[in-house]
Amino acid sequence: MTQRQQVLYLWMAGSSLDEKVVGWAFHDGTEGAGPQLPEPKRPGDGPYSNGLCALQDGWMLLQSAQLTSPAPGQEHLNAYLEYEFVFERRVDLS
Amino acid sequence: MATTAAGDHRLSTRQMAEFVANGFLRFDAIVPADINERAIDEIGQLNAERLLPDGMKPPHSRTPLDDCYPLPSVVGEYLRLPQIRGIIHSLVGADPVFDHDWVHHIPGGGSYVQPLHVDAATDSTDPTFDVQLFWYPSAVARGEGGTRFVPGSHLTRVRSSGLHRYQHIVGEQQVACDAGSVFVFHHGLWHAGQPNPGDNDRWLYKIRLNPTEPQVRLWDTTDFTDVQSPPTDHIFARMQPGSVAEIFRTWHPWMGITDYRNDQIQRALLWRYLTGDDDFDVDYYLTRLEGRADLVEGRA
Repeated sequence: MTQRQQVLYLWMAGSSLDEKVVGWAFHDGTEGAGPQLPEPKRPGDGPYSNGLCALQDGWMLLQSAQLTSPAPGQEHLNAYLEYEFVFERRVDLS
Repeated sequence: MATTAAGDHRLSTRQMAEFVANGFLRFDAIVPADINERAIDEIGQLNAERLLPDGMKPPHSRTPLDDCYPLPSVVGEYLRLPQIRGIIHSLVGADPVFDHDWVHHIPGGGSYVQPLHVDAATDSTDPTFDVQLFWYPSAVARGEGGTRFVPGSHLTRVRSSGLHRYQHIVGEQQVACDAGSVFVFHHGLWHAGQPNPGDNDRWLYKIRLNPTEPQVRLWDTTDFTDVQSPPTDHIFARMQPGSVAEIFRTWHPWMGITDYRNDQIQRALLWRYLTGDDDFDVDYYLTRLEGRADLVEGRA
């Protein structure tokens, strides 16, 4: 039995895991042999509407975004998608 | 005043506000078919020869636009179209200089994919900006190599490689267009080339231009007083329908509420630069902070 990891990044609209998904990335260590992401409900939507849905589909949360105060002078600047949640799924391959 | 080159094709105030809110403008089939049809040979030659010891070369950086690709040149014809010069004039003035250009050719079946990125290095914090014109001389079918881009991402402060991990963002678009369409990007807009699983080659000629004058009210301001909103225009108080502030309330789907409000502040700051109106605001965010001390001291 060989185990491989799948990693899912979800970026949320806010700091809570159950907020709306605004971005995603999927890295598949099984090279397609493991389960894939569900089809979005509408074109352009994410595979899950929020992080809780990902948990319910078997994803395990590895890391959530740390909350940091903006640096002085940077309070009103946007940069990267701020609320990043990283999940994993370990898949047994025969 | 409009230059002869731009004719009366400059942008309206509403279009400029849309550029500020979205980071891009789209002009479908704005380049005549005759120029599009002849363009492929020339930009193909530029693509093939620009890095060779001899052959067709782009202009040097800082070449005045008027001196780039002198006629006879199809690229030169494109860059001298009054409707193209009107767009350029509105955003970076009558006499911008050439930064660089590039031909992006994705043959039918091409699988190369760029990660999401911004061009060049992280930019300065001043509000001046360059524009990048993306000209697609042949039609781009949906999903067949059109540039992927993220509306509203242009006013963020990021490192280019930091965007690579974003495989998908809600609200992103992929160019699909008729031949001769031009997309004009603020230099900060996140974008990426995409694979072309179709049968047709995808051609793109991209040029970046730098302004050589303050980018203040360079467009056709005939509609300015009709759409400009006062600093008191506030979604939680009173609003003026059809105003610039209304355009600046565009909420891109990838934005959470803090992103949205921060971006409204950045749009307002950019609009202050573009209009010379240092009091401009939308939804009171700047005015509240800038005016609090005066209110407390009874000076307001």
